[in-house]
Amino acid sequence: MDIVILKDILTVVATIILAPLIGGLLTGIDRKITARMQSRSGPPIFQPFYDLFKLLGKERLIVNQTQMMFVIGHLFFAVAALAMFMLGQDLLMILFIMAFSSIMLIMGAMSVRSPYSKIGAQREIVQIMAYEPVLILMVVGVFLSTGSFMIRPLFSDMFGFGKPLLYDLPLVFIAFIYVLTIKLRKSPFDFSMSHHAHQELIKGITTEFSGPQLAVIELTHWYELVLFLGLITMFFAQPVWVGILIALVCYFFEIVIDNISARMTWKWMLQATWIVGIGVAMTNIIWLYLK
Amino acid sequence: MGLVKKSRMKSPWVLHYDCTSCNGCDIETLACLTPLYDVERFGIINVGNPKHADILVVTGSVNKRNEKVLKNLYNQMPEPKAVVAVGACACTGGIFKDCYNVLGGVDKVLPVDVYVPGCCAKPEAIIDGIMIAVSKLEEKAEAMKAKAHA
Repeated sequence: MDIVILKDILTVVATIILAPLIGGLLTGIDRKITARMQSRSGPPIFQPFYDLFKLLGKERLIVNQTQMMFVIGHLFFAVAALAMFMLGQDLLMILFIMAFSSIMLIMGAMSVRSPYSKIGAQREIVQIMAYEPVLILMVVGVFLSTGSFMIRPLFSDMFGFGKPLLYDLPLVFIAFIYVLTIKLRKSPFDFSMSHHAHQELIKGITTEFSGPQLAVIELTHWYELVLFLGLITMFFAQPVWVGILIALVCYFFEIVIDNISARMTWKWMLQATWIVGIGVAMTNIIWLYLK
Repeated sequence: MGLVKKSRMKSPWVLHYDCTSCNGCDIETLACLTPLYDVERFGIINVGNPKHADILVVTGSVNKRNEKVLKNLYNQMPEPKAVVAVGACACTGGIFKDCYNVLGGVDKVLPVDVYVPGCCAKPEAIIDGIMIAVSKLEEKAEAMKAKAHA
């Protein structure tokens, strides 16, 4: 029993330390690949880490007292969701905690008076409206396929599902990749805050966050990235390295999509994700019922 | 703290403000972002938000109208920060110096760290100016720390 607890603690500590390293490195590679696709030479691969540490060393411009609390909450819930995923907890609960993390950022952006920050926050809410139903349907699909919301730890016995989830949930997986574009803030769905368009909406949801606060938001994004790649891995984990490899391929695919598409309007996004995303995921779930 | 120091040199985010430039210097400034010059290899990003910026790049001469805007942008930037005046107009007022509404160069309003001459300034010169400004950020950070302690 003690060994199990010790193992869990070690998993959590390893997650907290390694996830930002992996997430930051992947973000750096993302920027390098993006630059190469635009025939530029691009920043060094460690650029996201330079940005993070520079932001930590900047002056603290505090707009109001609560803002920093929301930012810390944003980070805390994202880390909690990732740790729960690594420990193999309830998938539905992981999703709710993830949503709470996003809500924290929205509340932080709403707590200031800047109209740009507020428009960014409203767009973030629309984005959550777009992707959350598909994520819930994904969890429903996992439940129908395995009979439980619980997942097994990532590196223990390949999630213990017996066979890859993908065999039961191919369309749910496609819907998940589709909404992942929103969550990773990639074109054509990067409305609330874009990694590339720095002048649009000033900087959307992060307009009023500066210095260390912005660093924490960036750090949270790395944790989220690792969590989402972990969720992709979950569909294929048999053995786990195949899942990780396919997760990286999917991430590359997202980068390609990011570079070849222009930003659409949020109305288009809602229609596209609700019709395509929910439609495709529902088809899969109906098929699972009929099987 | 060595890590922060090193990172500061490698990640200057630039805010570009066009005072009353004729757009010549602006085109050259934006040319720095193109694949030919690609300033992102130095970690330079052209941001639109003063709260995220480290270096303020100003083109054009200051007049009575944009003086307030320029000061406002500068005050919103968190320390350590530097100002780069790009082009003859931003350095001295240029050919508009004697106009009734023109105050002169950027240094009439803000403490300028680097002057990049030229009409218009070449992209290579602008990148060089920004990199010189980056090397000045460190002493500003020291000053910031001393101020915080005092």
